[in-house]
This record gives sequence, structure tokens and C-alpha cells, in this order.
Amino acid sequence: MKIVVCVKQVPDSWSERQLRADHRLDRDAAERVINDLDTYAVEAALQIVEQHGGETLALSMGPASAEEAVRKALQMGVDAGAVVTDDALAGSDAVATARVLAAAIASLGADLVVMGVESTDAKMSVVPAMVAEVLGWPMLTQAQALSIDGATATIERQTATGHDVVQADLPAVVSVVEKFNEPRYPSFKGITAAKKKTVDVLTLAGLGVDPTTVGTAGSPTSVAAAQPAPTRGAGVIVDEDPAAISALVDFLAERRLV
Amino acid sequence: MTNVIVLADRADGALTKVTLEMLTLARGLGSPVAVITGPGADADAARATEYGAASVVLDPAAATEPVGRDVDLLAAAVAHFNAATVLVASNAAGKETAGRLAIRVGGGVVTDAVGVNADGTAVQPIFGGAMTVTTRVAGVAVVAIRPSSVPAEPAAGAGTVVALDVPASDRRRAQITASVEGQRSSRPDLAAADVVVSGGRGMGSADGFALVEQLADTLKGAVGASRAATDAGWYPHRFQVGQTGTTVSPQLYVALGISGAIQHRAGMQTSKAVVVVNKDREAPLFELADFGIVGDASTVVPALIAEIERRRA
Ligand SMILES: Cc1cc2nc3c(=O)[nH]c(=O)nc-3n(C[C@H](O)[C@H](O)[C@H](O)COP(=O)(O)OP(=O)(O)OC[C@H]3O[C@@H](n4cnc5c(N)ncnc54)[C@H](O)[C@@H]3O)c2cc1C
Ligand SMILES: Nc1ncnc2c1ncn2[C@@H]1O[C@H](COP(=O)(O)O)[C@@H](O)[C@H]1O
Repeated sequence: MKIVVCVKQVPDSWSERQLRADHRLDRDAAERVINDLDTYAVEAALQIVEQHGGETLALSMGPASAEEAVRKALQMGVDAGAVVTDDALAGSDAVATARVLAAAIASLGADLVVMGVESTDAKMSVVPAMVAEVLGWPMLTQAQALSIDGATATIERQTATGHDVVQADLPAVVSVVEKFNEPRYPSFKGITAAKKKTVDVLTLAGLGVDPTTVGTAGSPTSVAAAQPAPTRGAGVIVDEDPAAISALVDFLAERRLV
Repeated sequence: MTNVIVLADRADGALTKVTLEMLTLARGLGSPVAVITGPGADADAARATEYGAASVVLDPAAATEPVGRDVDLLAAAVAHFNAATVLVASNAAGKETAGRLAIRVGGGVVTDAVGVNADGTAVQPIFGGAMTVTTRVAGVAVVAIRPSSVPAEPAAGAGTVVALDVPASDRRRAQITASVEGQRSSRPDLAAADVVVSGGRGMGSADGFALVEQLADTLKGAVGASRAATDAGWYPHRFQVGQTGTTVSPQLYVALGISGAIQHRAGMQTSKAVVVVNKDREAPLFELADFGIVGDASTVVPALIAEIERRRA
């Protein structure tokens, strides 16, 4: 079993985020970290390999620094890494990203692809489904449990009232939610071992991806305008007492909420 | 007039509020085409027509992988109606549909949109509502619309039923093999509710959530929870509000004993009015409060319910 885990490098979600003049996210304004939701995907992949044997590979697309996110996965225990990096990738949207990840997965080979449910910067939750569609593979989104039996993957997915059990034949793409597991911390041994692991650098030419189908040129979406939203007026903050309760009910009544 | 496709979002065999909102939005852009799928779809055609559907595409068959079937139908509808815009609900299934459809028909996706302009650009809040971004899409624009972004207004459409011949696909697909029903709630659906009352770690226990429910019932709202509360097992996970839970945008969001971590804010920041009760004056959620009470939720909530009931009497 070969499992590819997709990890993205994102600005730390606890930091202030801002847009640059060209409407792209200012990635230098904050510390860059592995998308925390992708560490649940890494944990899921490691657990499957612990149960069934096999190898894991962490894949990222981004600037050269994306290797740091891959290294983090290697420290957690993933066997090897690959980063697709190329100047032509700058400005790629979800569609362009999915094209590149799918091309890399096709070239690396995989029985199972595990991804996070959402990147904390783009916050779209669409790339896993897009990758599956490009590859023509079945898609198991929003897994909160995953098991493999022979050539079949089974997940549980939360619904409005309970959960569904969803199955697909491998190869397949799975996205996992954070209720799935608790990602392990890299051990000292893991950190040392990661230094010896290899991270391959893949280029668009090497993957046979036409550079005009990615980056700003190949991305169907482009930001036309960005404005600060009107700020909400400062709220009323009062200490608990009967007058406060009465004022709150007035507030609700004025807005026809009671 | 250009055709705008709306994929109906349904729950318990009925169109959800966001579907009616999307039809209202589509009317402002062109001629709405409602695509309604799943068992009982035919019965919902009349409702879609009341909200302006000029054309209706129905697929009442039960599918073992509804999203895959929806993508097949939408791709056929885009071709048949020569549509440049497709609206879906911005929830988990809607986003999966959007992503797959954009790849299939050659287009782009905008998620969490709150509007679409006449020129086809989509409007979306980012950074938790601090900025508003307008996005242009080349090719078919597949736009996932957040519930409660526009008011739903009825206006009768022609509702002409159009039959599309979409053969079953031979793609490899996932299959839903079982559906497990949890406890049903008689309260409004969290994602679409006008009022949401959420509790956090400050409610102290599962018993503390009885107070959250009581206030929600007094305000005829839905109950939500922070991840700290769902992780503690005080309330089921599916009621979690936030980045990895449900995104809500109600008229009123009441947060009881919730500190306001960025992941929680991500799911409620665009609420129209925010009320915060927290005993720590420094709790970051007070920054978003239109009305905040620094106090103990276990005494503020009963007093609030009593005062609302006193005035109603
Ligand atoms: C990958 C990831 C995803 C996440 N996704 C989400 C998400 O979707 N949604 C989410 O909510 N969180 C999410 N979190 C967790 C988030 O970071 C916070 O840990 C969580 O929101 C905290 O919940 P809380 O505010 O209830 O608890 P706390 O932060 O512990 O706050 C409790 C608050 O209650 C107050 N309080 C205590 N007693 C009382 C009382 N008697 N009366 C009034 N106030 C009282 C305290 O002053 C405090 O401010 C996520 C975290 C990660 C890492
Ligand atoms: N540039 C990228 N490199 C690797 N994985 C990615 C990248 N972008 C998105 N992903 C994967 O897709 C998931 C969902 O991302 P998104 O659709 O952007 O919210 C993430 O959790 C990652 O697993």
C-alpha cells in the first residue's frame, strides 16, 4: 500500500493576515507552518500503514519553503517527501493547484491519497474533490473514521442527524476532519530520522504539466477588488446585574429578536 | 436572458432556506434553472417555482453517491442551458459538488460567497469578515453561497419542467452503504437558523447545556457549541460552530462561556448581531460583541429567560 498525504504550507492562523497590493495573501507577514488540519491526514496515513504495512509520502505544492511543511510530516514518521515548486506556479488557485497535485500523484503512484479537509489560508475545502475528479478516482470527503479492507476504503461522514458509512474501491482520495484522531508530536527520534529522509523536488517540466495551465495564467479565478469590510461599531459591554439583563432584552427587542 | 443554474439543497425532503435564497439571487442575474435531485424531488418543483424558477430539472432517483450524480446532472444542465453561473449551497456537500463540477465543465469555484454581481463576479468575506473580496471567474463560475446571505423573496416563475437525459455514469465512485440516524432535534437547522445560541467550556458540564437549550428555545433558535464543549462530550459534534464545524450567519448569535478562539470566530463572524456572556472581561470574543455581559452564564441565562418571559406575559 502506497499512501500519498498532501500537506500545504500556510501562514500561521493565529497571526494577523493581510493582502498585498496585488490582492494575493501576504505570506511573508506571518510565520509559515504546516496547515494544522493536514497533520490529521498525516496521522491517518501513519495509522493505516501501521496496521496494514506500506509506505507513506508527503506531497506539497508551493514555493521552495513548502519543503518545511513536508519535513514536519517526515518528523511525524512519513517515509519520504516531494515538493512541486516552480516559478510558473505563483498565483495558482484551487483548480490550478488540483491539476498540479493530480499530475504529481499520477507520476508518483498511489493506492490512497489522504488530504486535510481545508487549508486554513484558502479555506475552500475543494482541492481534494478536484484532485479526485482530475484523476477520475472516487472521493471520500470529510472522513471522521477510515478503515482499509483489501482494496476497499470505508469512511464515516457526519450528517445533519448522524453519520453515513461511505465506501470506495482503491485507488481513492480521502479528506479527513479534525475529529478523526489526535496527530502525534514528532519524537526526538523522529526529528533525527527525518534529517536523513529525502524530499524530491518536482518541476512542471518533469511532470509534463503545461505551465500556461497553472499559476496566474491558468487559474480561472482572479481577485478583481478587495475592500475592508465596514467595521462594526464598538459594542456595549456591561457587568452582570438586573439593569444589564434589562438592557440586553431592550437590545434584542429593538432588533425584533424577541 | 442568461440562464443561472441553482442546485437545490434539501433536508428531510424539502427545499432548505438557502435554496430559496439562491433562487432569489439567481433572479437578479438572469433566468433561474432549479436542479432538484433525490427522492421526492418532483414534489419540490412547485416550491422552487414560487421562488422564481423559470425551468426545473428533476431527478427523483435515489443515488448511492448523490454528489457524483449531482455533478453529472449539473454538467448536462450547464451544456443544455448554456449557463455561465451555477449556484450551490456553501456546505460540505455543496463544496464537493462545486469542486468536481468546475473541473468537469472547465470553470472556477468561489466558496462562502454572500452575493453575485450582475457582471458575474462573486462577493466573499475573507479574514473572518474583515475584508470583502470580489472575484472574477473565467469559464463557468461555480459559486457556493452561504446561508442567510440574502433574504428569500417569493416571485412566481414559469417552472417549466425540462427533461435532461443523463445516463448513469461509468466512473468509479464512492457509495453510501449505510446511514446511521442520531438523535433528531426539533430545533431549527443550525446552518440556516435566524438565531443561534452556543455554549462553550464555560457552561461547565453537559448539564450546563440544558441552559443553552432553554435560551435557544426561548429565542426559537438553534443550539451550537464550541469545540471545547463538543470534545468534552457535553454536546454532539455535529453542533460544533467554527472552522471545522458549521458556519453560521444568523440575525443573532449568542455565545455563552466561549472565549473566541480564531477557529470559533471563523464560523460565526458574519453574524448580524452578536451577544457575548463571559465571566472574563478580557475574553477575545467581546471584540465582536454588539452587546456583552461580563458575568456568570449560570446566573445570567436564567435571569435573561425570566426577563424575556416577563415582558412577553
Ligand atoms: C485544527 C483545529 C480546528 C478547530 N476548530 C474549531 C471549531 O470549528 N470550533 C471551535 O469552537 N473551536 C475549534 N477549535 C478549538 C479552538 O482553538 C478553541 O480551543 C475552542 O474554540 C475553545 O472553546 P471555548 O471557547 O468553549 O473554551 P475556552 O477557550 O476554554 O473558553 C471558555 C470561556 O468560558 C469562560 N467561562 C468559564 N466559566 C464561565 C461561566 N461560568 N460563565 C461565563 N463564562 C465562563 C472563560 O472565561 C473562557 O473565556 C479548533 C482547534 C484546532 C486546533
Ligand atoms: N498547495 C498544496 N499542496 C499540498 N496540498 C494542498 C495544497 N493546497 C491544498 N492542499 C490539500 O487540500 C486540502 C484542502 O485545501 P483547500 O481546498 O484549499 O481548503 C488541504 O488540507 C491539503 O491537504
